[in-house]
Amino acid sequence: MTTRSSLLITFPPHIRDPQSTPRIMLGVVVALLPALAGAVYYFGIHAVRVTFFSVLFCVGLEALIQKYLMKTRVTITDGSALVTGLLLAFNLPATIPLWQLLVGAVVAIGITKHSFGGLGRNPFNPALVGRAFMLASFPVQMTTWPIPMQNLWQAGADAVTGATPLGKLAEQGVDQVPEYLQFFLGNVGGCLGETSVLAILIGGFYLLSKKIITWHIPVMYLASFTLFTGIFHLVNPSSYADPLFHLLTGGVMLAAWFMATDLVTSPVSRRGQVIFALSAGFLCGLIRLFGAYPEGASYSILIMNAFVPLIDKLIPVRKFGKEIRYG
Amino acid sequence: MNPVVLISVLALGITAAVAGIALYVISRTFHVVEDARVDEIENLLPGINCGACGYPGCRGCAEAIITAADDGDITGFFCPPGGNEVMGKIARKLGYQAQRQMPTTAVLLCNGGMDKAPVKYRYRGPEKCFISHELFLGPAGCAYGCLGYGDCVQACDFDAIKIDPKTGLPVILEDHCVSCGACVKACPRNLIVILPRGGQNQRVWVACQNREKGAIAIKNCKAACIACNKCVKICDQIAQAVSIQNNVAVIDQERCTRCGTCVGECPTGAILANFSLFEELGEPALKDGGKQ
Amino acid sequence: MRRDTFPLGGVHPPQRKYTADRPIIALDPPAEAVVFMNQHLGAPAQPLVQKGDQVRVGTLIGRSRGFISANIHSPVSGKVIKIEPRIDISGYRRTAVVIETQGDDWEDSVDLDDTPTRKISFTPDKIIKTIESLGVVGMGGAAFPSHIKYMLPENKKADTLIVNGVECEPYLTADHRLMLEKPDQIMQGIEVMKKAGRISYALVGIEANKPDAIDLLAEKAKFYPGTEIRSLRVKYPQGAEKQLIKALLNREIPGGGLPMDVGCIVNNIGTAYAIYQAVVHHRPLVDRVVTLAGSGLKNPGNYRVRVGTSVREMLNLAGDQMPPDTEKVIMGGPMTGKAILDLGMPVSKGTSGILFQNRRECSSGPSLNCIRCGRCIAVCPMGLRPYLLEKLCRMKNFQRAEQERVMDCIECGSCAYGCPSGIPLVEYIKYGKNRVLEIMKKRREK
Repeated sequence: MTTRSSLLITFPPHIRDPQSTPRIMLGVVVALLPALAGAVYYFGIHAVRVTFFSVLFCVGLEALIQKYLMKTRVTITDGSALVTGLLLAFNLPATIPLWQLLVGAVVAIGITKHSFGGLGRNPFNPALVGRAFMLASFPVQMTTWPIPMQNLWQAGADAVTGATPLGKLAEQGVDQVPEYLQFFLGNVGGCLGETSVLAILIGGFYLLSKKIITWHIPVMYLASFTLFTGIFHLVNPSSYADPLFHLLTGGVMLAAWFMATDLVTSPVSRRGQVIFALSAGFLCGLIRLFGAYPEGASYSILIMNAFVPLIDKLIPVRKFGKEIRYG
Repeated sequence: MNPVVLISVLALGITAAVAGIALYVISRTFHVVEDARVDEIENLLPGINCGACGYPGCRGCAEAIITAADDGDITGFFCPPGGNEVMGKIARKLGYQAQRQMPTTAVLLCNGGMDKAPVKYRYRGPEKCFISHELFLGPAGCAYGCLGYGDCVQACDFDAIKIDPKTGLPVILEDHCVSCGACVKACPRNLIVILPRGGQNQRVWVACQNREKGAIAIKNCKAACIACNKCVKICDQIAQAVSIQNNVAVIDQERCTRCGTCVGECPTGAILANFSLFEELGEPALKDGGKQ
Repeated sequence: MRRDTFPLGGVHPPQRKYTADRPIIALDPPAEAVVFMNQHLGAPAQPLVQKGDQVRVGTLIGRSRGFISANIHSPVSGKVIKIEPRIDISGYRRTAVVIETQGDDWEDSVDLDDTPTRKISFTPDKIIKTIESLGVVGMGGAAFPSHIKYMLPENKKADTLIVNGVECEPYLTADHRLMLEKPDQIMQGIEVMKKAGRISYALVGIEANKPDAIDLLAEKAKFYPGTEIRSLRVKYPQGAEKQLIKALLNREIPGGGLPMDVGCIVNNIGTAYAIYQAVVHHRPLVDRVVTLAGSGLKNPGNYRVRVGTSVREMLNLAGDQMPPDTEKVIMGGPMTGKAILDLGMPVSKGTSGILFQNRRECSSGPSLNCIRCGRCIAVCPMGLRPYLLEKLCRMKNFQRAEQERVMDCIECGSCAYGCPSGIPLVEYIKYGKNRVLEIMKKRREK
């Protein structure tokens, strides 16, 4: 029985940086709002449906798993499941059936995150694993994209679907693709969050300004990707599209700013992050130009996620003072 | 026969055969010769791998015993969970006489629960004894007493320690305790010791380790040892088993006759016994001399 | 004016130097002085007085024991009423001499004047002996016995004296005021220190958030050849000696080393003043400037207070009281200071500030999992990996912790400050350091 007037005793430091984990997650959500706005603008009610249910499933599953399966403290208020829900939604086409979304959420939250121990313990990016699983399980629905701007505001309206620029590139070669400005703004077929490069860049710069991420990963990822695609374009312009096309299409921008920068699954040191990002960018280019899939961003990051523990272990952190002179 | 089938069967068959022969050759070339006796001894040991014997696991202990047996002397080995029964079997197997050792148990040398040593200071931080011990003397103000965060409970692999919710002190369940010593190592204040269980499983111990002068000790805990010497004086007439060292009473467990007289003499109830001194009355006759 | 800094790590906590414009007020001696025999790094002093003895201000009441130890002098005049264990800043009870104050009667040998003289006629050895006998210890918080720093072993030479006027912790302004109000005395103290260490060059490092102090001392330095004032970028922990030497001279002390290994001697600017007082006026260390800070206080400021004054008495003497919503009272700065158990805790030679925090300021929820963001690595000024060290120490893997250079940790608190999940990094690392130290001691004994 303590008296209220007794003082509290704790270890130093007695002040903390106000940027806590929930605030970081909130910052990421805010940074994703432009992309969300873009998705709703171009894909209508379907974007709202997919995003809403993705978040609902992810947060709900986390709460259920933590309370009944793992029997630990429920930590949905840290915001990480909310972020996973948004990112998973942004990696899916707007017309994805809800039950398939649920499968993806179970894989993302249940298998990728909580079977490894919850927040901070997962080696792989949960949203990307969820998406990869869905792509392997539901190849048709995962590669059917609605054409944007169809005024899809009636619920249940069927969307007219069409090929994405990358799809067209793979089938028809370099000359058959529409304007770059449309890619930049997002008026193009594709997954919910990846189409509007403008929205992603706004969000990315917001993250930089709030010091939630540093420039190392996005810049290095895009740099090595540009370099790789650029070299091949220079060598053979008729077979390989130019780097700007590659940067503006598909999920490269979303990957560079939001998926590769995921704090949990990227290396802890700055040097390690640079190596991680450079390799992932290179892999993304490789898969795009020579792989069987038209899109390589998710796999490039997932492959590099597997190397992150090794990178963390091997890359030395610059220490202060060279020798050790203890007894 | 279809040539593709023939080639496939031959290719796989030859690969399997080569692999099988290679494995056989390797297993013979690199075969580790082990003393079969080690297996025998290991089978006699409990197989808990608690490390209380001081060796790495039961197999480590078995190997050490065999080495010692070849040198002619297996004194000095004892497996607390196995006890005298297991050591006897091992000794007989190797052709030696077993040494009987007194069975032991872990005992907590502190009785300063929340009822005796009320919480004075609010601590916030990792709820681990070894951490709060580094920061300050503890929520009750006794620099030597139990902190109550349960490092010992976590260390125990045998479910032999539980925290009593009323007092906040760990309670050692002597039926489960195998004297492995994990709790002894875990306590940052060295409050848990391994003591002999005593004849008829009766033992008496001083439940205090406070080395400060009595006046200070009693201010923080009602059950502190104040080194008043009453226990020493009374035991001088019985078994001379009690002495005062560093302001705290200490009972020599070899000399103690488990009469329990000191329990009644102690004015603060710092000495405890695990048996009732007056069987007929069915209840502890003295302040804190009752069952743990 | 150059603005150097250290390149590795560092954080920018809000400076909150609200008391920077409050001049130093000298408080009366307390009614009771509780003087610990252990106010310095090293072995506790041996009490020389007994219950009932009469003492004057400056009477030697504790003799240094061993090589790393310091003398302790009575901060008040009166009667010794108790010698008993009391809870000190370590959180445990240690021997204290309790004196009931009667009047304010100083030892005759102490010169109460504070005018600097320009001539210093003592030899280096005499200076060191004086510092030692008058109980001067480091005033920056660590309270290392100052005389030892000047007794360099045969094989070590020092070419630079570094004076630490950085005061990088938030809230603390004691050194700042001292620089503004006693600049001549400080400059003279620096001359004394140069002589003691047989050094001709001194660098005074001051953080750029004290431009008035920088300008004032730079003006004074014109008359003191061989002493240079340098402005440093505001970054925590610029005042840590390893980081200070790196910023000023671009030299890195090797792991386990001391400033003398890179040819420096480092002392706090408050110590410079104390050394001046000791050598020029034969005044033992019995008081110091302490910053009283906290949002709920009526009279926050910088007070010259006698060692041994309890926090409660200090508040009284300053005409203030503990704010009603106080949750925590910290002795020292908010990054490295220690929370005290009650207001009876006395000021000691190393107390730089007393900070009152209310409930809102010290609220924190339970810690979350490590999200592997890497902020702790980015801010560690020693280039360590705090997230890994915390795990190793918590799992009691001290061998690996030693390999990961846990002993290099200066316990600045930057890692825990920046951790978004609120993980108790400093707690476990401190525990690990203590255990590794024990292991190293055992190894040396073998």
